[in-house]
Amino acid sequence: MAGTAVRGRLSWSLATVGLVVEETRTVRTLSLDVAGWPGHRAGQHVDIRLTAEDGYVAERAYSIASAPGEPPAITVQRLSDGEVSGYLTQEARPGDQCQVRGPIGGYFVWEPAFGGPLLLLAGGSGIVPLRSILRHRGFTGSSVPARLLYSARQLADVIYRDELDGHSASGDVRVSYALTRSQPPGWTGYARRVDDEMLAEVAWPAADKPLAYVCGPTSFVETVAAGLVRLGYPPVRVRTERFGATGA
Amino acid sequence: MEPLDGRAVKGSAVEGSALDGNAIGGLLIEVFGAEMTTASSVCGSCGATRQVAELAVYRHQLGSVVRCRGCDSVLMVFVQIRGITCVDLQGLASLG
Amino acid sequence: MSTVSRGFHRRRAEVDASRVPPGQYVTRDFPVLSAGPTPRTALANWTFSITGGREPKSWTWPEFRALPAESLTADIHCVTRWSKLDTTWEGVSLDVLLAAVDSDAPYVLAFCDGGYTTNLPVADLTGGRAWVAFGYGGAALGPEHGGPARLLVPHLYFWKSAKWVRGLRLRDTDEPGFWENYGYNSYGDPWREQRYAGD
Repeated sequence: MAGTAVRGRLSWSLATVGLVVEETRTVRTLSLDVAGWPGHRAGQHVDIRLTAEDGYVAERAYSIASAPGEPPAITVQRLSDGEVSGYLTQEARPGDQCQVRGPIGGYFVWEPAFGGPLLLLAGGSGIVPLRSILRHRGFTGSSVPARLLYSARQLADVIYRDELDGHSASGDVRVSYALTRSQPPGWTGYARRVDDEMLAEVAWPAADKPLAYVCGPTSFVETVAAGLVRLGYPPVRVRTERFGATGA
Repeated sequence: MEPLDGRAVKGSAVEGSALDGNAIGGLLIEVFGAEMTTASSVCGSCGATRQVAELAVYRHQLGSVVRCRGCDSVLMVFVQIRGITCVDLQGLASLG
Repeated sequence: MSTVSRGFHRRRAEVDASRVPPGQYVTRDFPVLSAGPTPRTALANWTFSITGGREPKSWTWPEFRALPAESLTADIHCVTRWSKLDTTWEGVSLDVLLAAVDSDAPYVLAFCDGGYTTNLPVADLTGGRAWVAFGYGGAALGPEHGGPARLLVPHLYFWKSAKWVRGLRLRDTDEPGFWENYGYNSYGDPWREQRYAGD
């Protein structure tokens, strides 16, 4: 196949920041009012573009945290020295504008028709698209059984904690946490990085023909995906999405 | 582009460990005019068939390099300079 | 048409214009970015070769490390606009390596583990302006930053300082390397902002 030069197509839409929710000390969810938003699927992402007064442009991709049918919302983790994340988590306020391209993604998506049982595995901010999937499952009244394993450094870093604990309390989704750096007193959840033993305890048996979604830093995704395959999950039933850098 | 702005964000590779085709979803739509992450790619070197979402993507600051997860051969390179995207697909046997 | 996002600006830094080329900002980070997986060549298998001269010349790792080496401090400038000042390195000068080869060739193509290449004029590798570096910040150069050894040519944009360098191919003509093929400048002088072809 040959190479070619293509002029970039204009596909950016104007977006206005709506509701802003502080999820943790360093994480915010921003709801976006996007002109001409066509709707999205659970698990998709958007590209965000910010332009400064001097013409400087920065673009980043963020998973959509909201469910299909809700306005698009992104959950952003502030990175130290992060040019875009710093802006989105500390400066941006309702009414501010940016540009959005999307929704993007056809691989890391779930809808009730895909069935299950569903196994969702999140490393750090990898929880964002999985939360969209869980919300979509909830809103559609899907009876697909679901389990979530969420690995984070410490409890204060867990995003959407109340919502996830709500799923747990209602018995609707089995939620397990692995806190890898520090745990609160009396913690009875996992206190280490995800490993094969943990997966064997948490994952649906391969014989149930589960569908797994793994999202987080590359090292997390590769460790978990390999572990699931060792448990007998066919690779085609393990969907992966790798984020940049830093582990949970 | 910003160094090491990595978490909750696709698009930066650290220590040589790759992201995947999801990370260039927007770029692929821009270049091909269609959602490509589920498109099937065949490596021109080893013949491996994979969905684009499963390919190894290195978002070098100078451009994006997409490699076969099996043999590491370069399958696609995208470089954006002065508003023009240069697309090199020579490493692929097929895409679609 | 681009909407300006209120309050958004690029990272600002104190810029000493005499040290920082036009269009750059200073960072304390040392970004690790690659176009491929980190090569892990065992030192027992590592060689640095210069080919294209009257006779090819090659050094094994022990032979390379037995060559006179120097410590240096340099500012480095990436084409994507970050500059890092006062980086410290240890390496063997290309003057030493090229002196072992008999050639009038004016250009090289540097080649590396993983297949990366970049082109340079020989004149820019001599006169104390280029090294094969094996130490960074007082320690052995780590694999993510190009170790065991990388090219270091600080007076050009940093993509020319090829990681995991394994040798030079001397040439009579200038052959574009990996990024140069896709539109990056063949020479890459940060002081003249030669980022892209045609600059």
